[in-house]
Amino acid sequence: MPRPSFASVALPHLDAAYNLARWLLRDATEAEDAVQDALLRALKYFPSFRGGDGRAWLLQIVRNAAYDRLATKHGKEIALSLDDGEASPADFVHDPGDDPETALVRKQDRAQLDALLASLPVELREAVVLCDLEELSYRDIALITGSPVGTVMSRLWRGRRALRRAARAGEL
Amino acid sequence: MSDDRHQELRLLVQADCDGELTPRDAAAVAAHLEECTDCRALHRNLLVIKEGVHANVSYHEAPDHFRRRMETMFAANAPKQPGRRRQWGGWIGSFGVGAALAAILVLLVSAPRGDNGTEQTVLDGHLRALQSGHLYEVASSDQHTVKPWFDGRLDFAPPVKDLAAQGFPLKGGRLDIVDGRAVAALVYNRAKHVIDLYVVHRQNTGEASPREATRNGYNIISWSDGEIVYWAVSDLNRRELGEFVRDWRATP
Repeated sequence: MPRPSFASVALPHLDAAYNLARWLLRDATEAEDAVQDALLRALKYFPSFRGGDGRAWLLQIVRNAAYDRLATKHGKEIALSLDDGEASPADFVHDPGDDPETALVRKQDRAQLDALLASLPVELREAVVLCDLEELSYRDIALITGSPVGTVMSRLWRGRRALRRAARAGEL
Repeated sequence: MSDDRHQELRLLVQADCDGELTPRDAAAVAAHLEECTDCRALHRNLLVIKEGVHANVSYHEAPDHFRRRMETMFAANAPKQPGRRRQWGGWIGSFGVGAALAAILVLLVSAPRGDNGTEQTVLDGHLRALQSGHLYEVASSDQHTVKPWFDGRLDFAPPVKDLAAQGFPLKGGRLDIVDGRAVAALVYNRAKHVIDLYVVHRQNTGEASPREATRNGYNIISWSDGEIVYWAVSDLNRRELGEFVRDWRATP
């Protein structure tokens, strides 16, 4: 079987690439630049691409390109939010399961929910975007973010908890 | 129950909501939910949030102008498709008859890539840029605007010169791809003609004097200063393109 072309592997995932970059960088122009950077890098790495689904492969490169941009422009944000590690037990103790207000999330105006997700620390934001918008598996998210699966799970937990808290606090 | 045990359980409940559990683990979680109201409520709430995000958060699709630019830039790396004929309609529509004829000539006359593969690659890149109308990503006649635009986009700093005084005003620049590598393409004008100058970083090529070639009615002049290989491509006549190259090399 002939080797697929770079364009046929990478370009079908252009929307996914742009969506991720846009959520990480929160800016349309920056997102375009990051995706273009990523495609150029991907082209360079393409000889070592081992086939299969190109989406996780490309998103990993997009994520790195976006983080490089964040590090250049917002060094402080990255430095703070990378202090992450595993979830601490304290993340979970004040978390009464019964929380009918979460139902509010259903009715929220798109712009408000967007703003809330955009306000999360970047590594929580990316976990939620990759899981709930891209519908990727934990394993793929771990690959893309270069983190253990346990860290992915704890970031998802914390990201969702922050969304729920905001809903409860009436920020939505 | 200890906090650790709770934490583990909650991540399991979440994994169940995300469809990550094996059937056996999912059955164990389901059994636990039967007897634990806290976890049952948590399960419900997590699903509500997950569903809310999925349904209500914006999914940003790539904008059309950006998609077209990326397709133009990267489709060149696809192997030549047998269905190339399909492009004719688009070319004719966007160009007018004269250009369409030229395009058809290019399609008919195009030689397979051989020793002069790079020559053909830069000509293809030039034609793609003309066809798509994406000649430059940074539009400026100021070399001090164009040059820094390439910072961080290339692994070398391409020299950018303004030759307006010699009758070749700088119009802008873009990234292009030659032989699988990102390169700078600088755009100049002479009257109504467009000159693309490809600037390609290659180590240890040695210096090379300008070499002229004609392909499909386009003139191409390439030379090397030892570190960087240049390809000037244009439908401008050979004499004036030669002047452009001479002026470029003479300008510090």
